[in-house]
Amino acid sequence: MAVISFENVTKVYPLPAGDVVALDGVDIAIEEGEFVLIMGPSGSGKSTLLNIMGSLDVPTSGEVTIAEKRIGGMDDDDLTLLRRDHIGFIFQQFNLIPLLSIVENVEYPLILKGRQNGTRERAEEVLRAVGIEKTHFTHKPGELSGGQQQRVAIARALVNDPDFLLCDEPTGNLDSKTGTAIMTLLERMNREEGKTVVMVTHDPRMTEYADRTIRLVDGKVA
Amino acid sequence: MIFINLAVRNLKRHKVRSFLATVGIIIGVVAIASLGIMGSSFSTLVGGMVSDVSDTVLVTPHRAASSGDPFDPRNTLAASISTKNVGLIERAAGEHRVVPMILASDRLQVRDTSGYATIYAMPAADIPFLLEWEAGLYPQGRSSGVMVGSLLADELNLHPGSRIEIGGESVRVVGIAAERGMGIDINPDYAVIVTEDWYTERHGDQDYSQVIVKVSDLSAIEDVKASIDQQINRRREVVDVLDSREILEIYYETLDAMNIFLLGIGGVSLLVASVSILNVMIISVTERTAEIGLVRSIGARKREILRMFLYESLILGILGSIIGGTISAVVAYYASASISVLFADFAVSGEAGIPVSVVIGYVAFAMAFGIGTSVIAGFYPSWKAAQLNPIEALRYE
Repeated sequence: MAVISFENVTKVYPLPAGDVVALDGVDIAIEEGEFVLIMGPSGSGKSTLLNIMGSLDVPTSGEVTIAEKRIGGMDDDDLTLLRRDHIGFIFQQFNLIPLLSIVENVEYPLILKGRQNGTRERAEEVLRAVGIEKTHFTHKPGELSGGQQQRVAIARALVNDPDFLLCDEPTGNLDSKTGTAIMTLLERMNREEGKTVVMVTHDPRMTEYADRTIRLVDGKVA
Repeated sequence: MIFINLAVRNLKRHKVRSFLATVGIIIGVVAIASLGIMGSSFSTLVGGMVSDVSDTVLVTPHRAASSGDPFDPRNTLAASISTKNVGLIERAAGEHRVVPMILASDRLQVRDTSGYATIYAMPAADIPFLLEWEAGLYPQGRSSGVMVGSLLADELNLHPGSRIEIGGESVRVVGIAAERGMGIDINPDYAVIVTEDWYTERHGDQDYSQVIVKVSDLSAIEDVKASIDQQINRRREVVDVLDSREILEIYYETLDAMNIFLLGIGGVSLLVASVSILNVMIISVTERTAEIGLVRSIGARKREILRMFLYESLILGILGSIIGGTISAVVAYYASASISVLFADFAVSGEAGIPVSVVIGYVAFAMAFGIGTSVIAGFYPSWKAAQLNPIEALRYE
């Protein structure tokens, strides 16, 4: 069963200068446990694809199924709960909340999910799994290096045990050595923990980590 | 809990901004509570000074009764009620007691102290009826001495047997009237009370300044008023007839209007404070747009974002209101003390000071108003935050 399934998906942005077709009849199926790269030039529709996969946006037409749920007709609350319960986001800018400590940042999605007990223990467990030392748990994100911050962001994405990880250029803000370490971590999560990983990237070197690559050109799968 | 935690931390992150917004709320709460307490306590204090005379009908010369311009103070002063009209009032009042009196003022000298004092001249038999006795005797007839009000006696150290000079004539104080408080009919505490005979012997026969009708049955007040009006004012307005309740009502209406005005001033300052909170919250939402995008993308619903920001304005409101409420209570305590001192000479004992219930009431009202205003001011920015599109918010830099 596919974790993510797109059937003839189209996304059109109506603009004053005329409609812009971001996705044009896209068919994609991503199976559980896969590591998939999405590549393509600027304006090819990568971000739109990622937004719809992350249930941050809905298609203009076509059928999208995420974690066995059709997103067509869902309201904002349903889409939010789908993100909360089934998807782990990893961003290029890390997007950690500067006011919260490292462990609180990771704990946040558990609290949003309404979990009452054991949130701190679970957050610490995931932080250890991504290689963050205990001494850093109470630090603020600004006190950590870029690589460490991205590890924390990965821990936050993993903490609710999502069906898949959605990564938007996760190494784009890191030097190559740190980037490699992050990719190794994601690869480990995929190979050892069986996490499905979908990653948007410009970097062709990333293909070595992936099972397959989906190439987008002008809103179509090439 | 994490939302409250975040709200507190965010407010702490921008200490100066949060402090200034809180100061605005403090000023607003203090303004509402203090002005409310001041207005109310003034009303309570002055109300306490007005002795209970709800059984009194006061008949005074109509402003335009004397010839000429009714707004000319000389005409107003010259206006009086004739003996014939007093007879008509007596007839109209029936069984109820009628006390005509002359109000005058004359030079008073006691030892080295001199000044002017109010003189109430009324029939000897009516003095015990209107005034309680504290010491000595009530004045009798034309040769007897005079009675002085309690506070005047205290101030000038007078007691039965003392000698004072009125209009250059040395007279003996025969009695001291008990403290009565400020009345709608008469205010004898700082006055000299003499018999009508005593006064007319020295100043000649005179018309009366006012007539008091004491109504034994309160339900008869309206009838008595109507009857007097009918007897005397049939052809033209000769006298004005007012009962004490009516006068008190006018008085309290005036004080109420003053209270509302004062509260309005307080309300305006809180409105200004709420604009400051609105501003702070809009800045906060703008600054944290990317954070809102992130939190939305990891699973926070719109209502949770709304809550997160509303907590911030709520915390500002609660903090400002608690501090403002405390300051108001302290201000009220000292204001109460100083007002009591200021009015001590006039107040009927036991009525001075601001009642605790009034202070608590106004402080609670101002605090609730402060918190409510903060939440309302914070609602729009919070709602705006909740409505942000997560994709656009994530891209915001």
